[in-house]
Amino acid sequence: MSSSSSQSFIGRCLNSRSFLVGGVITLFLLTCAAVSLFWTPGTIDISIKTRFLPPSADHWFGTDQFGRDVVSMLMTGTQNSITVGVVAVSIGLFAGVALGLLASAQRGWTEELIMRMSDFSFAFPAILSAIMITAILGPGGVNSIIAIGIYNVPVFARLTRGSANAIWAREYVMAARASGKNKFRITIEHVLPNILSILIVQATIQFAIAILAEAALSYLGLGTQPPHPSWGRMLNEAQTLMFLQPMQAVYPGAAIALAVFGLNLLGDGLRDVLDPRLSRKR
Amino acid sequence: MSKTVLKVTDLVRHYPLPKESLFAKPRYVYALNGVSFEIKEGKSFGIVGESGCGKSTLARNVMALEPTDSGSVIIQGEEVVCKSFSELRPLRQHFQMVFQDPYGSLDPHHTVGRIVAEPLAALGKISTEEKNNRVKEVLQSVGLKSTDTEKYPHEFSGGQRQRIAIARALITRPSLIVADEPVSALDVSVQAQVLNLLKDLQDSFGVTYMFISHDLAVVEYLCDEVAVMYLGSIVEKGRTEDLFKSPAHPYTKVLLDAVPKPASGRKRERIRLKGTVTGQTEQRIGCSFQDRCPMAQDRCRRETPSLKKVGPEHLAACHFSQELMKEATA
Repeated sequence: MSSSSSQSFIGRCLNSRSFLVGGVITLFLLTCAAVSLFWTPGTIDISIKTRFLPPSADHWFGTDQFGRDVVSMLMTGTQNSITVGVVAVSIGLFAGVALGLLASAQRGWTEELIMRMSDFSFAFPAILSAIMITAILGPGGVNSIIAIGIYNVPVFARLTRGSANAIWAREYVMAARASGKNKFRITIEHVLPNILSILIVQATIQFAIAILAEAALSYLGLGTQPPHPSWGRMLNEAQTLMFLQPMQAVYPGAAIALAVFGLNLLGDGLRDVLDPRLSRKR
Repeated sequence: MSKTVLKVTDLVRHYPLPKESLFAKPRYVYALNGVSFEIKEGKSFGIVGESGCGKSTLARNVMALEPTDSGSVIIQGEEVVCKSFSELRPLRQHFQMVFQDPYGSLDPHHTVGRIVAEPLAALGKISTEEKNNRVKEVLQSVGLKSTDTEKYPHEFSGGQRQRIAIARALITRPSLIVADEPVSALDVSVQAQVLNLLKDLQDSFGVTYMFISHDLAVVEYLCDEVAVMYLGSIVEKGRTEDLFKSPAHPYTKVLLDAVPKPASGRKRERIRLKGTVTGQTEQRIGCSFQDRCPMAQDRCRRETPSLKKVGPEHLAACHFSQELMKEATA
């Protein structure tokens, strides 16, 4: 065993630059969302009198065409993005992991059925299937979460089944069977703990994708509905003013980019931290 | 006569191969073609053969870890073939297994205490206190410290890991331990330690071993009886000293000649085997060893030799056993 794997967990965390940078960005976003719950620098209520104010001490990034404070909008939008990310990834994680573990434990036609179903849903591009789902269920914040969550299910189902199959082939699973443990117990006691780090990394990356998807749906008017602020809708509203007030589009765009960048970095970093063997191969 | 711990009769296992097309005839890997043997209490039974001859398949079938096509496996008077997994659970305390790779057979996320207690935990209905005591006891008997229970497998060396695996197999005080190449992944110096440990444990607990190996020296050292397997069948079976002294099957002779023996006084006229293992995916007429046998004649391609008695407790499946044995004693 090389020295990097015997390093302490905290040591590996501090050594991974992507983990640190990604972690700081994610923490910053979480703080923004938390702070905006009880305090924002300005107001997100419409007031025509304060339209298009330039950046100042009162309005750091100025105000938009409805006189709402842009910083406050961005901060409240963080709440929205994080909620969508957490709920959508949780839906995908729970349903997908359960299906993947079932497929891997049962094999045979159960596996075949689950995998062909996820192949089928994979055939549609993510955003297209989300649009289809919101078209059926109607536009709105909750429905967009469900749509993104459903999109996440096959992602996790495939990953879980693939990694779980590798674990089922290990000798310690054979030993557990020789001890008389049934498939359910082996899944809970051996398979799940051994694929957990892979799932955590994937969840972080799916979180970033969920934020992006939510922004896209809101931009198209299928996601979060007014007056609740959302980064995607801010982009949409700024679009018509692109040549008058270009900065109105830059702020939410930068926020989305920052969130996705930070979460992807965190995912990469987590891979280094949780599974040192994987990172050394790269 | 001592009690029979394991009795295997006509065990057959054919693995279906993935079909080449929808309407193609199903093809099989003929892993086990009717294997029979029995092991008496407190004895060690060795199974040798090259890789791919069905040794590990035999182990998995004896351990009831995969469905058996036909035949019977009776352990301590109980049939284990065709029983459901939950029916087998209470029986499993009587037969345990030690695996080849001590790096792969211990879950890296479990502590040693949990790994060793696994067969007890699977049985259920046992208090934590008794479990801990049993774990400490069995760890000491394999030469580990009772304080090692909180450690993780990666903190141990290969030999120590195999001791942990042996402790796990031993904790239910089984009558039979199936050991699938338990020392082949270890350094030679450590191999001797683990083999001695297995011998000591047999003396103190009276366990019976079904010992699978490709290493003849290891088998000669540990086993009372040996069976030689080739392409899913036993080709020769007998007491270790008989079989090593006068092999009655050309394959056994080839295997024995391949072992380097410094200053053994035996003239080393090695028979080199030609060709590779063939016929795993086809069932053919005649002796399974016909393509590679240095003594093969027309008869070997027509008649399949059955296991015949060639001495007291010595069986061989070759038309020319007598000639071979005469040659060995001469």
